[in-house]
Amino acid sequence: MENELRNAIRELLEKQEIDVAIGYGRVGVDGAVGAVFVTSPDDVEQIVWNDECRQNLAVHLTRPEVKAFGKIGIVVKPCDARAVVVLANEAQVDLDLLTIIGVVCSGIKRAKPDGTTADEYYAKCETCVQHTPQNVTLVVGDVAEGEALDAKNEQNAATAGNNAKLAKLRAMTVEERFAYWREQFSRCVRCYACRQSCPMCYCNRCVADKNRPTRIDTSASLKGNFAWNILRAFHLAGRCVGCGACASACPAGIELDLLNLTVSDAAKEHFGFVAGTEFGVDPLIGTYADDDKEEFIR
Amino acid sequence: MNSEPKNTDAFEPKIVAFVCNWCTYLGADLAGTNRLEYPANVRIIRLPCTGRVDFNLIVKAFEIGADAVLVSGCHPGDCHYTAGNFHARRRWNLFRELLDTVGVDTNRVYFSWISAAEGAKFQSLVTEIVEKTREMGPYEEYQSIVAEA
Repeated sequence: MENELRNAIRELLEKQEIDVAIGYGRVGVDGAVGAVFVTSPDDVEQIVWNDECRQNLAVHLTRPEVKAFGKIGIVVKPCDARAVVVLANEAQVDLDLLTIIGVVCSGIKRAKPDGTTADEYYAKCETCVQHTPQNVTLVVGDVAEGEALDAKNEQNAATAGNNAKLAKLRAMTVEERFAYWREQFSRCVRCYACRQSCPMCYCNRCVADKNRPTRIDTSASLKGNFAWNILRAFHLAGRCVGCGACASACPAGIELDLLNLTVSDAAKEHFGFVAGTEFGVDPLIGTYADDDKEEFIR
Repeated sequence: MNSEPKNTDAFEPKIVAFVCNWCTYLGADLAGTNRLEYPANVRIIRLPCTGRVDFNLIVKAFEIGADAVLVSGCHPGDCHYTAGNFHARRRWNLFRELLDTVGVDTNRVYFSWISAAEGAKFQSLVTEIVEKTREMGPYEEYQSIVAEA
């Protein structure tokens, strides 16, 4: 499959259909997988595909220095493909300049604190029912295999992984939940790795960095950490595709994906909205319906 | 108005009310001109529209010591800016869920539609919020994270 991917990218580069390919490569000093930008067909051997491809490469699409390349080919996992759709719907990328190379994904494995790969899939992968990328220019990999994995996960999707964690959290009392997040957020050092790794956090100037006036406490205090994490989760309302890049980037291991899942669950429940499933959809926040729920409004 | 000296030890809830300029603020004004008595625990903050009520303001209110927050604006269809309250309503639908998961007590966050003619509704709602908050006691939980540097 890695070779299939490399051949596809080589062909695109040779035909000059793309000026750069954004893919995964072993870029870290210890061979950790990160983003590589391949501009020549001779360099496609740099591109890898395995279960350590944790990042969401769509994060690079909104960067001006990447846009400057011109025509971009991007390697996406099925979840990342949805992020590209959201970016296109929010007019952040020009689809005419984009070749989306979707890879059939069989799950991504967690990294251990020492940087090596654990023999354990991410919680989001346990409940994933979309192993074949949708809304992409071309698909690389065995679609039948992807569909088999979808079918396998479909049975327990509602009761495993993060859905199970969230159900457990919801079963707690409100005080217990507060204590839970208090412990989680107490570890936050405000490195903003979540923000940097997220394709949706493309604001030129983040509200957290604004200081006239200061919207949220910028120090890594509990007060500021609560405000920041609430802020980020809600700024992703109706936009988060659940790729889990934030949670995997978080050095403190805060369950950010759980927070995001809450909001995307609510979007699905109240408005039947799932982010990034099709092109040309209006964003959830920023539009309204006359009959939106209001049973909680007095 | 109540002229009896207050028992200074008793808990007096602090309520922050974010109200829209065109409906609820005028509703509160009407309550005043009609001499409808309501507790002085409510701090009214006038904003152009409920669509302007950034969710950060609600978080901020709790940070600076609010025991409950009220967000109130025009009834659907009455918005001065046509659709500000519709946008707000959609946002709150999701934001309440997030607050609930994070463990912020959603019984301390109220949303309402109060028109410029509903002075009595403003009076009764604020009275009810103050009474309920008094029963619940101070929001020490959120204050505890503020105290912790």
